[in-house]
Amino acid sequence: MLYSDKVLDHFTNPRNVGEIPDADAVGEVGNAKCGDIMKMYLKIKGGIITDIKFKTYGCGAAIATSSMATEMIKGKSIQEALQLSNKAVVEALDGLPPTKIHCSVLAEQAIKSALADYYRRQGVDPEPIVGPTGECSACEDL
Amino acid sequence: MKRFVYADNAATTKISEPVLQAMLPYLREEYGNASSIYALGRRAGQAIKDARETVAKAFNAQPDEIFFTSGGSEADNWAIKGVAHAMAQKGKKHLITTVFEHHAVLHTCQALEKEGFEVTYLPVDPMGLVHVDQVAQAIRPDTALVSIMYANNEIGTIQPISQIGALCREMGVLFHTDAVQAVGNVDIDVKEQNIDLLSMSAHKIHGPKGTGVLYCRRGLRFPNLIDGGGQERGRRAGTENVAGIVGLAKAVELACSDVARHTAHLVPLRDQLIAGILQIPRTRLNGDPIQRLAGNANLSIEGVEGESLLLMLDLAGVCASSGSACTSGSLDPSHVLLAIGLTHEVAHGSLRLSLSDETTQEDVDYILQVLPGIVERLRAMSPLWEKICQEAN
Repeated sequence: MLYSDKVLDHFTNPRNVGEIPDADAVGEVGNAKCGDIMKMYLKIKGGIITDIKFKTYGCGAAIATSSMATEMIKGKSIQEALQLSNKAVVEALDGLPPTKIHCSVLAEQAIKSALADYYRRQGVDPEPIVGPTGECSACEDL
Repeated sequence: MKRFVYADNAATTKISEPVLQAMLPYLREEYGNASSIYALGRRAGQAIKDARETVAKAFNAQPDEIFFTSGGSEADNWAIKGVAHAMAQKGKKHLITTVFEHHAVLHTCQALEKEGFEVTYLPVDPMGLVHVDQVAQAIRPDTALVSIMYANNEIGTIQPISQIGALCREMGVLFHTDAVQAVGNVDIDVKEQNIDLLSMSAHKIHGPKGTGVLYCRRGLRFPNLIDGGGQERGRRAGTENVAGIVGLAKAVELACSDVARHTAHLVPLRDQLIAGILQIPRTRLNGDPIQRLAGNANLSIEGVEGESLLLMLDLAGVCASSGSACTSGSLDPSHVLLAIGLTHEVAHGSLRLSLSDETTQEDVDYILQVLPGIVERLRAMSPLWEKICQEAN
């Protein structure tokens, strides 16, 4: 399994690991059976993600994409965060082995799931804004 | 102090110095083709003849029952497909194997199923052992072959091969065993144990990669693997890998002459390793604690994922392996761990440490020194571990 130096760096020294006890939004995706779970905690002020923390159970790619994704949306607006694609995260990590691409989808989904939680807490239906936040199709097949 | 600890000897081993020294002349000055008539060729031919005798002697076989191959997978493929195709002509198109074989056996059986063969995949018990009575019950009048691994490559369980051999002989069914992991760990006597076909590989016992053996009992007829010249008595053509064969024979000679010493050295180290890891909360040993390869420790560590564990261990200088989905390149964890009844979650957290004669007390101490901290670090960032702790409270 060939991981880039950036993947190994983010795996070894993951950024933004932990929890936010008074988070404005929490999202969790994945399942233990599939082998990866990602949980994202957000602090949001005036539409801006002011703080973000994550906890991830999973492989090196899952941990590295979590770490990179949190760095990419910290300080960004909700709209910008919603536009973050797994492709952008993978590119920022200098690529992932082909079998690991599905792990990066999980990071994108975790952010969307947290933002959906944010809208729900505001009494807003998240579906039209965030889109579907289901499991990745590979996990559903298990 | 950081060390380098190679604890993945079930994957492959370091070539030993005596093996390397035995091989070197055949990579340098003794480059002759074993089929040639002049002295240079004759010396290569003699080296292969000697190697065949050495290997035969190690397993109480005859030299003409030993066929050199490119490794264990080739030997498995040849044995199973060869017997299946030969026996199909007699109307026998049923095979028996187990669910937790190496893929070289499993995928070969699956390929035969596509050709119209029927395969019974026997279950194993929660300790990872095959039950002889289940083999007996599965044998039918049209059974061509029983193929059961001698020792499992992941969980290290050693199967009751002598009893299975005796049963197959009594029932008149051919018996093949993949002994890739077993050689050097147990005394193998193909005659006494009624083994008709046996596969092995050199690189698991400090020999070179790309060399293996198929033992095939005299009188057994099945198709050639490679048609061409007269090498391997015409069964597997192609100019012999002389250096590889010489290295294999040296590795077999060393491994099989010292089974007792090997076991006496490794069992205490293995058991210390297992006991030490079991000190970490929510861990379990996979496979039988007694009927087990001397160098195999396979444990599941709940709340962590195997690949991230391996990457962390690698950073600490420890080479190990795991049965997690992420290391298998698929979404499913190891079929072996699922076969002994582990849930996906527990299988994803598996860790295999496999020791060799070169493993020292300091190596084991070092693993036990670094592993708990790594587990703690990964668990601290694991939402699964959070759930496990909540459920326990």
